[in-house]
Amino acid sequence: MNLSTSYMGFKLANPLIPGASPLTTDLDSVRKLEDAGAPMLIMHSVFEEQLSREQVSLNWAMDQAEGGSSEATTYFPRPEEFRLGPEQYLEQLRKIKAAVKVPVIASLNGRTRGGWTEYAKLMQQAGADGIELNIYDLPFSTGKGSSEVELDALEVIRGVHGAVRIPVAVKISPFYTAPVHFAKRAAISGVKGLVLFNRFYQADIDVDTLTLKRDLKLSTSDELLMRLRWAAAMYGQIESDIAITGGVHTVEDAIKCIMVGASAAQLVSALIVNGPAHLKTLTQGMSKWLEEHEYKSLKEMQGNMSLAKTAEPELYERGNYMHILQSWSKS
Amino acid sequence: MADRQIKTVDANEAVASVAFRTSETAVIYPITPSSPMGEYADDWAALHKKNIWGGIPQIVEMQSEAGAVGAVHGCLQAGALTSTFTASQGLFLMIPNMYKIAGELTAFVMHVAARTVATHALSIFGDHSDVMACRATGFAMLASMNVQESHDQAAIALACTLRSRIPFLHFFDGFRTSHELNRVEVLSDEDLREIVKQEWVDAHRARGLTPDKPTLRGTAQNPDVFFQAREACNPFYDALPKIVAEEMARFEKLTGRKYVPYEYVGHPNADRVMVIMGSGAETATETVKHLVAQGQKIGCIIVRLYRPFVTDWFVAALPVTTKTLIVMDRTKEPGAGGEPMYQDVITALVQATQAEALPTGKMPLVIGGRYGLSSKEFTPAMVKAVFDEAGKAEPKRKFTVGIVDDVTHLSLPVDESFDIETSDTVRAMFFGLGADGTVGANKNSIKIIGDETELHAQGYFVYDSKKSGAGTVSHLRFGKNPIRAPYLIRRASFIACHQFNFLDKMDILESAAEGAVFLLNAPFKQDEVWNHLPVEIQQTIISKKLKFYAIDANTVAKNAGMGSRINTIMQTCFFAISGVLERDEAIAAIKKAIKKTYGKRGEEVVKRNFDAVDQSLANMHEIKVPAAATSKIKQQGYEQPGMPDFTKRVQSVMMAGKGDLLPVSAFPVDGTWPTGTTKWEKRNVAVEIPEWDPNTCIQCNKCSFVCPHAAIRPKVFEASALNGAPSDFKSVAYKAPDYKGLTYALQVAPEDCTGCNLCVQVCPAKDKTNPKRKAINMVPQMPIRQREITNYGFFLEIPEVDRTKLARLDAKTSQFLLPLFEYSGACGGCGETPYVKLLTQLFGDRLIVANATGCSSIYGGNLPTTPYTKNRDGRGPAWCNSLFEDNAEFGLGICLGVAEHKKHAERLLQEISSDIGDSLVGAILSADQTSEKGIAEQRERVVALRKVLAGSSHAKASLLDSLADYLVKKSIWILGGDGWAYDIGYGGLDHVLSLPYDVNILVLDTEVYSNTGGQSSKSTPIGAAAKFAAAGKGTQKKDLGLMAMSYRHAYVASVAFGSNDNHTVKAFAEAASYNGPSIIVAYSHCIAHGYDLKMGVDQQKLAVDSGVWPLYRYDPRLVSAGKPPLQIDSTNIKANVRDYLRNETRFAMVEKIDPVRFRELSQASVQNTAERLALYKELSHIAFPSADAAASTNPATTNGATAKEGA
Repeated sequence: MNLSTSYMGFKLANPLIPGASPLTTDLDSVRKLEDAGAPMLIMHSVFEEQLSREQVSLNWAMDQAEGGSSEATTYFPRPEEFRLGPEQYLEQLRKIKAAVKVPVIASLNGRTRGGWTEYAKLMQQAGADGIELNIYDLPFSTGKGSSEVELDALEVIRGVHGAVRIPVAVKISPFYTAPVHFAKRAAISGVKGLVLFNRFYQADIDVDTLTLKRDLKLSTSDELLMRLRWAAAMYGQIESDIAITGGVHTVEDAIKCIMVGASAAQLVSALIVNGPAHLKTLTQGMSKWLEEHEYKSLKEMQGNMSLAKTAEPELYERGNYMHILQSWSKS
Repeated sequence: MADRQIKTVDANEAVASVAFRTSETAVIYPITPSSPMGEYADDWAALHKKNIWGGIPQIVEMQSEAGAVGAVHGCLQAGALTSTFTASQGLFLMIPNMYKIAGELTAFVMHVAARTVATHALSIFGDHSDVMACRATGFAMLASMNVQESHDQAAIALACTLRSRIPFLHFFDGFRTSHELNRVEVLSDEDLREIVKQEWVDAHRARGLTPDKPTLRGTAQNPDVFFQAREACNPFYDALPKIVAEEMARFEKLTGRKYVPYEYVGHPNADRVMVIMGSGAETATETVKHLVAQGQKIGCIIVRLYRPFVTDWFVAALPVTTKTLIVMDRTKEPGAGGEPMYQDVITALVQATQAEALPTGKMPLVIGGRYGLSSKEFTPAMVKAVFDEAGKAEPKRKFTVGIVDDVTHLSLPVDESFDIETSDTVRAMFFGLGADGTVGANKNSIKIIGDETELHAQGYFVYDSKKSGAGTVSHLRFGKNPIRAPYLIRRASFIACHQFNFLDKMDILESAAEGAVFLLNAPFKQDEVWNHLPVEIQQTIISKKLKFYAIDANTVAKNAGMGSRINTIMQTCFFAISGVLERDEAIAAIKKAIKKTYGKRGEEVVKRNFDAVDQSLANMHEIKVPAAATSKIKQQGYEQPGMPDFTKRVQSVMMAGKGDLLPVSAFPVDGTWPTGTTKWEKRNVAVEIPEWDPNTCIQCNKCSFVCPHAAIRPKVFEASALNGAPSDFKSVAYKAPDYKGLTYALQVAPEDCTGCNLCVQVCPAKDKTNPKRKAINMVPQMPIRQREITNYGFFLEIPEVDRTKLARLDAKTSQFLLPLFEYSGACGGCGETPYVKLLTQLFGDRLIVANATGCSSIYGGNLPTTPYTKNRDGRGPAWCNSLFEDNAEFGLGICLGVAEHKKHAERLLQEISSDIGDSLVGAILSADQTSEKGIAEQRERVVALRKVLAGSSHAKASLLDSLADYLVKKSIWILGGDGWAYDIGYGGLDHVLSLPYDVNILVLDTEVYSNTGGQSSKSTPIGAAAKFAAAGKGTQKKDLGLMAMSYRHAYVASVAFGSNDNHTVKAFAEAASYNGPSIIVAYSHCIAHGYDLKMGVDQQKLAVDSGVWPLYRYDPRLVSAGKPPLQIDSTNIKANVRDYLRNETRFAMVEKIDPVRFRELSQASVQNTAERLALYKELSHIAFPSADAAASTNPATTNGATAKEGA
């Protein structure tokens, strides 16, 4: 079965891409992912903020222990160099590039305008085939409105797009007031891939101790529905390729992604739980499903359940909401 | 050779640079002030820097200086070029091997940052008492007087030792030279290859032991031959002086810098000549030049080659006109006819007289003086005073200079106004705090100017004796000519005060020259600064016509993301207004230096510093100085009402930084000092202190338990005690049943708190409506200071609980007991002092402490004030520090002495029981002293005994009276850190554990040599970066507890109060109650771990929860009960080892240096943790067979002799 697709300008043998996750921190699992059929690799994100914080805290720790007393003017050895920038990440990128044949996309979570473009250039230099921008903006303050949030994001996109030759994708949050409009502008700004949506770490509350807990919760297929809806809405209206991430676990999940118009589906939780070999199981399952349902290729299926093509567009729209409420009240 | 590098470095770096590049191995051990030499060598080796033969020297740290020199001896015997670095007691530990090395005619140079040897007190500072003890070893001794010379003579010494085969001790003055930054022309590798000839190196190697050409050394010789054989080396010593002179000449040819073994400087027809070596010689020669220019006929002989003392050459250096010779010794040899160099000079003169070779014809008058002990200042004024004395008709034959001796009247008067410095030198003084980065910034400024411009620069840094909130004074000089002034600045053209509150107590402007620039960090707006100054400061500014600038550096720092570090800001201001460099040039240079210094720590750090520079310039303002002082604020000073006489007369002067003014008569003759004096210091170092919210408080006392400074304390008391309470004194009904009906108060000592935040962090009580707030919350200190001073004064008067009626002993109740260790100078957030404080709460009124040298001896016993204190009865810990290495043995000795006094008293009781009364004697002898109640009752019996004895006419009554207090049980504790317990003192500790005596050992385990600046110890865990383990320690931590358990008769506990404070209290109580040796290994978080110490408790918890630091108790008493003696008290592993590691810079930095190594080491740490826990788990299931069972299974033990030995 021909599962080939194109995403961010790359021809991919199948649409199931391992998403940004700790799986790429280890070369062994990177090789396993490729062996299992990964058509492309998205590396874990480098967080500019985390790097800055590491620099500041290391500097603080070394500084606070300096010049304190006549016997101990310092407390730590003085290495000539620390690897405090993205060097470690770039080195891993180089190693992955050397280890695999498929395209490798570096993932970047920046904070400052300079940081985004600077790091993107470094990633390109280190051999990245593309960059996925992970825009993770939580506008908690009352001082910033929705249009400013969008403008900031678009500026980052334009900046990075202008700074590198390689294709750029952007992973966005589901919390834009007008996601389709925003996606359109992102595409106009040069984005080749639109990744729906970021899953944030959610803090939980310990009610006994009045503290917050930070647990990593893996996704479930239930989370897919919101992504399907928005992908369905965007398909055909924007020029970028769409990838869905967050809740793709089964063959059926992957099929749905393609049906709403995505070119690819990114998997993380499913691979963390089942291991890299799960990719092969899913691609084989997709092939089988397509054969059983007499599709000739993946392309044939892409977008057939998008908002524009579905027979019941109202169910993606408000009707969907109405219907569920009604069925709930009846039961 | 024209392109030699100019670098601004201190002598430690300058010397290490030569030693490293000319060594194949270096074996080291940290000791102040020589530690940085080993640290540089280790750092360079870690960076794969090479010696001049293309190899990377092997740097190995040993367990002590004795170990280091043993290994050095071995390296040398193997024919390797080897060096070591040491000082003071460390040098003493090397002496036995020095005799061997010299006796075997082994080429070797050791570098010594000469330091005071501990006598009546320890001192880390500089004098020649250590090197003088090595005169008889057979080492040649070469003295350097400044940084450049130390660098140069390090190389000259190597050439001489290789050529002559006589080992060299090369020394320079500790701190004054070892830590003075100055401009140095660095010898290139090519220079060193020229100085150190390859043929000599080859010859040295050829003398090494090898089975391919076997020889034997270290024989035992008998009376028939030893003497002759000992004399066989004479020709080598005879040849040495010429070799030294030739190598110095060869060096001059190469570099243009001239050195001679005995150099005369001064008037050719001088009548008075001073003989001196070390940094004092530089002050002396500069002063001589100045006075000769004014017409005085004086001179100075700089002694460089001190051993062998070449009498002919020394005498030949004397001007023929010499009438009086003044020999200056930087050491004291009590009981000798004169100090060492004085005696050498006398010997030289007598020999020359007898040989009729004295150039002066007649024997000159020789007078001898002591100066500069423990880095006491030696200034041009003192040099002049000495020459003035020598010019008198009847000068003092023996004298001291630099102090006022009003007891034996040896000291000379000094005209302090005498000064030889010229006005073209910029002299700048900076008053800062250790924590604010002042010293670092100044070092940076010196390097900017010294390395990047044509100007010469010098820097020297003075610290006070505290670790938390330590004050620092930086002395910087800049000028067109080389700066040869190894003494502090007396008249400054620039003064910066980086901490506004210093103005309250210190005479910051005392050294300001007229018209000087004064820069102040003031937390006020430009137009408000003047009115906030104390009137005395205003008056000085006006009278000295100072140009006054101010900046609110803390606000600028905050805005630039620099936290509390104001270093870059104040440095920028200095450059902008001091006039050392053009302003724009200076700012560009600062930015370049920032890039260089912080670039390796990341772009973000550089960016924030750049921001700070730009904002500084915008926020500094010149303050208009009015014609008259108007302030209503007066400086406070240190004297306080109620101060004991000694504290007022002596200690308060020291607190004010004027200890130099105290005369000899002010001091105890034997180093004995009163306890309980920190309470008079009132340092006010905290910007914020905790404030108590009684309504939220759950009265757990955890805040008090963790407080490193005993600055937050709870009490329970009858409500009636509140009579007369200040109106805003807070108290609340006590909640738990044990003291039902009583009142509870928690009070902060506002002026003694260091603001470390540990108490707030540990507080478990939260305001339910706003969980951000706890039962204690940090608030600015200034606004509540006065109120809380009154409250704390009242609180201290409230009676403590009756310690005999404590319902139970646990972490909470322990805090109702009076701490007899308070307000120490330990780091804010220190992880050691809560244990020490607890010790004094539990046993303080009958406690004797033997304290190993280290952090605990410094915060425990560094002057001016000391933290061990007394209770209302006048009882409290008696404390003593012997050495670093001998503390276990020292404590055992105290135990033996006390036990003997007790036995003696018991014998006397029995002897004169008829006079005392059998019932009292019987009660005393059979007293149960296992509880507080039992001890209190015994104290009452001793009071009764004394009453009886007072009325007794028995001849031995007064003897018994003098011993009677020993009838009350004493608690003897041996305290020290891991450097002592795991390394240098382990032999003694092990031996004391092997003996059956009732001593208690508390190991304050910070897993690193904290006091000397973070060198690796055998306690340092795998994966931690430390000095001497710069790439991350590659081997596992030694398991001291397990080793102690192997004796099976010792009580052993591993504790971490942050994880389980009740467990800590239980272990302390069990150790004390166990009648035999006990050892507690206590996890102590430390500034050298590299994180904000307010998180210390959380990190301790993580250490235990991850299994890295298991809690356990091994109690031999359980064996007889048929139970396993080892109880694991932390079996539930809840956290990840890697999470623990990543929280601390010591581990995390390894990841940032070498991620692959970090992965390997952290994996090994995980594995080691699991293995250790598995082993303990197995052990905790082993119940030993009872004595009967053992006897039945092992017939050998029925043998009488064996059984007896076993007993």
